[in-house]
Amino acid sequence: MSPGHYVALAVILFVIGAVGVLVRRNAMVVFMCVELMLNAVNLAFVAFARMHGSLDGQVIAFFVMVVAAAEVVVGLAILMAIFRTRQSASVDDPNLLKY
Amino acid sequence: MIHGGVLAAASHAASAAESTAFWVLAVVAVAAALGMILTPRAVHCAVLLAIVMLSLAVLYALQGAPFLAFVQVIVYTGAVLMLFLFVLMIVGVSAADSLVETIKGQRMAAGVAGIGMLVLLSLVIGHAALGPAAAGGAKYGATNINGIAALIFTRYVFPFEVTAALLITAALGAMVLAHRERTSPKPTQRSLSRLRMVSGRPAPLPGPGTYARHNAVDMPALLPDGSPARLSVSPVIAARRTELGRGGIQIESASQGAGQGTSQQISEGASQGPGQAVRQGASQGKGPDAGQEDTRS
Repeated sequence: MSPGHYVALAVILFVIGAVGVLVRRNAMVVFMCVELMLNAVNLAFVAFARMHGSLDGQVIAFFVMVVAAAEVVVGLAILMAIFRTRQSASVDDPNLLKY
Repeated sequence: MIHGGVLAAASHAASAAESTAFWVLAVVAVAAALGMILTPRAVHCAVLLAIVMLSLAVLYALQGAPFLAFVQVIVYTGAVLMLFLFVLMIVGVSAADSLVETIKGQRMAAGVAGIGMLVLLSLVIGHAALGPAAAGGAKYGATNINGIAALIFTRYVFPFEVTAALLITAALGAMVLAHRERTSPKPTQRSLSRLRMVSGRPAPLPGPGTYARHNAVDMPALLPDGSPARLSVSPVIAARRTELGRGGIQIESASQGAGQGTSQQISEGASQGPGQAVRQGASQGKGPDAGQEDTRS
């Protein structure tokens, strides 16, 4: 298996995640699609690390995982705060900053 | 078929096994990801995302990254997805995604944008010179972990330290955001007991299934006169059954000889929302029970 195969799979997963972010209305599902995009990028990093025979790509994928975990924690806390005041998890409802 | 050619060209067994695993896992991951953006329920999305993440963990292990594979399983599938599931349970399992398009033509535009993105990225990768895997690139076992540790604590030591600040900030932010200021005094046991006496129902709510034909949680208990106890079924379950199109809860009366109301419906789900109230009313108006009553009496 050449690294190109893995990178192609990463591209497909990334595009699916991006379409999910654009299409879905539930904020939880939007978060999950962002996680899918981050995972796809990690797969590309690991493939490139193998292609170059060095471990730098794996280290960067590790940092991406750490940042993703922090992002999920804060994002879900924001989502719960919004749900507590608006009783809704839809991304259409919080529009107070629009005008 | 290019895939067949690749498979045939794989000379030794290890690379054949790797390509078999890759094609199986790639199909599984892409199918689960597609299902994730297509299913309306957020819980199903979480389960499908877990499948994608586990497939990716195996793909990491195949590419000589055992440390990342384990971190993927432990941190992503174990911690992050469980956090997602906890928040889903708090936000409410009955909160399904609305299928109404608020912006006109948004889904079509998103699909076109996705296809354009796929074409663009494919062209970029097709033009890039992706060589074969470097010899000795796969560092399995202790070499992998030692190598990653050496890199993290030498070349990447500053980003590693910054990560610590990021994690502390994230933990503090989550605590601040999830904290709720108590605006009323905390109810004591004494005040709760007084409230219960004042409310007119000092006893706890009846459990589901008592004296009914079976004791499932969606089977209402029967009162001494054979009528169903509406309070014995959780309104969430009643609403969910209505939402699934089963026409409310069918109540089989234990007293067959009474001949009155062999099946009734609980309309507690009507308090969940306007849409479910409409559906509940429609299923009641349909009257699926009238025929049963006629045949039995």
